[in-house]
Amino acid sequence: MALLQLERISAQYPGSPEPVLADISLTLGPRQLLVALGPSGSGKTSLLNLIAGFVAPSAGRITLDGVPVKGPSAERGVVFQDDALLPWQDVLANVAFGLELAGVARDRREKIAREMLALVDLSGFENRRIWQLSGGQKQRVGLARALAADPRVLLMDEPFGALDAFTREQMQELLLQVWQRTAKPVFLITHDIEEAVFLATDLILLAPNPGQIVERLHLDFGQRYAAGESARAIKSDPRFIETREHVLSKVFSQRSAEQRQERA
Amino acid sequence: MSSYDVSAAAVKTSSVVTPVRRSLSTRWISLLTLFALLAIWWAVTATGLIEPLFLPPPSAVLKKGWLLATTGYMDSTLWQHLGASLNRIGLGLGFAILTAVPVGIAIGANRIARGVLDPLIEFYRPIPPLAYLPLIVIWCGIGELSKVLLIYLAIFAPIAIATATGVRTVDPAKLRAAQSLGATRAQLIRHVILPSALPDILTGVRIGLGVGWSTLVAAELIAATSGLGFMVQSAAQFLVTDVVVLGILVIALIAFAMEMGLRALQRKLVPWHGQAH
Repeated sequence: MALLQLERISAQYPGSPEPVLADISLTLGPRQLLVALGPSGSGKTSLLNLIAGFVAPSAGRITLDGVPVKGPSAERGVVFQDDALLPWQDVLANVAFGLELAGVARDRREKIAREMLALVDLSGFENRRIWQLSGGQKQRVGLARALAADPRVLLMDEPFGALDAFTREQMQELLLQVWQRTAKPVFLITHDIEEAVFLATDLILLAPNPGQIVERLHLDFGQRYAAGESARAIKSDPRFIETREHVLSKVFSQRSAEQRQERA
Repeated sequence: MSSYDVSAAAVKTSSVVTPVRRSLSTRWISLLTLFALLAIWWAVTATGLIEPLFLPPPSAVLKKGWLLATTGYMDSTLWQHLGASLNRIGLGLGFAILTAVPVGIAIGANRIARGVLDPLIEFYRPIPPLAYLPLIVIWCGIGELSKVLLIYLAIFAPIAIATATGVRTVDPAKLRAAQSLGATRAQLIRHVILPSALPDILTGVRIGLGVGWSTLVAAELIAATSGLGFMVQSAAQFLVTDVVVLGILVIALIAFAMEMGLRALQRKLVPWHGQAH
C-alpha cells in the first residue's frame, strides 16, 4: 500500500512565468527511504515544501493515505537544514514540543522525549541549552523532535548539508539505524551524491529548468548497512562507486545538454 | 607568565585592539573619570572659585540629601517625591506593556492591523510628548491621570514598534517547524512568535523607559505638586541650589538604575540572545 502519493505535480512561484517543478509523480511507502538528489535550482526544496504543505502545487494532487494534503500537519514531520530548534527551551522541551502542542500531559511527553533522545544517542543531554550543542547534536535533536510527534512520514530538508564531513558520515549511519528501528518512510533531499546513493532505497534525480525527474534508481546500500556491513566497506565497494559515477555522469550530461540548448 | 599568556588574557577581557601589556579595564577607566569629576567639583568649590549659590560643594549636597531623606522639602521627604515619580512611571509602564505588546503583535502578524495602527503610531510617535501635554491637561485636568497618560503614550510607541519588528523578524524556519508539529495559529503566537520577539520587546521597554522618564520629569517641572521634577523646579525658584543639584543626581541615578536593571533582566530572560542562534 502506498502511503504518500504525488500525481503529476507542478509548482510555480507567484509572478514567475517559469515553473520550478513540472509533472512530478512519485510514491513513498513503508520501508522506503526516498532520496531526491539534484543540483541547486532543480526544485528539490520546493518539492519538500509541497509535501510538507508549506506551499500549494499549481497543478496535480498530493495525498497521504488517500487524503489530500492541505497545509502543514503533524502527520508529516520535518527535519530542517538549520535545525529550527527553539533556543528558549532546553533539549528535552524541544523534543517534547510537538507533544506539548498536541496537549499530551507533561510526564508522558517527557517520557517519550527521553526515549527519542536515547534513539538518537543523546541521552544525558536533556537539560542542555540549544546553543550549547554542536551542529551534529542539533540535528539529532531536530530528528528526535520530529520523531517524537510520531509522524506518518518523515521529511528531511538537506539535514546534513551544514555539517562537516566526519559528522555527516556519522549522521548518515545514525539516520539508517533510526530509520530501521522506527520503520518510518523517509523523504530526504540532498545535493551530496555519495550521501544519496548510500542512504536511498529509492533515488530520484532532479534536473533544473523546470525541475523534473530524469532518473529513478532502486538501491540497496542502506539495507546492506542495516544488515551489518560497515559504511566504509559499502562506500568503497566497486558497485557503490559505479552507481555513484553513473549518477554523476547523469547530472553532468544533463548540464551539458542544457548548455547546448542555451547556446542554440 | 609568557607574553603569549598575557595577550590571551587581554583578548578575554574584550578589547578589540589588544595591547600586549595588561592595561586598565574599561570599567576602571570609567570609575576613574567619575572620581576625577568629583575631585574637580570639590576643588572648584573648596577654593571658592565658584560661589555656593551657583554650585554648592559635594559635602553640602550630601548633607542636604540626608536632610531631605529624613525631614523633607516642600512638605514631603525625598522618598515621597521619588515614590510619586516612580509610581507614575510604574503605572504608565505597566499599562503600556499590557497594551503595546498585543498591538505590536497584531501589527507584525496581521496585514489589516498593520494598515490601521501603523500610520497612527508613526504619526504621534515623533511628536515630543510635552507638545501634547497641554491638550492632555485640558482633557484630563492636572491630576495624576494626565501625567500617567502622558508617560503611557511616551512608552507605548517604542514598545509597540519594537514588538512589531520582533514579530516580523521571527525565523520562518521556526514557524514552519512548529506548523509541521501541528501548531495552531494561537500556539504559534504563544510558543514561537512571542518568545522570539522577547529580546526586541525588552529593547523597546528599555527605550520606552528612557523616553518615559525624561518626559515624566519634564512634565513634573511644568504641572505637578509632587515628584522629583517638581522638587527640582520649586527649589530652583528659591535658589536652593543644593536641592536642585541633588534632585538632578537622583534623577540620573534612577535612569541609570533602570537601564542597568533592564539589561540584567534581558540577560536573565533571553540568555540565547547574542548566542550563535
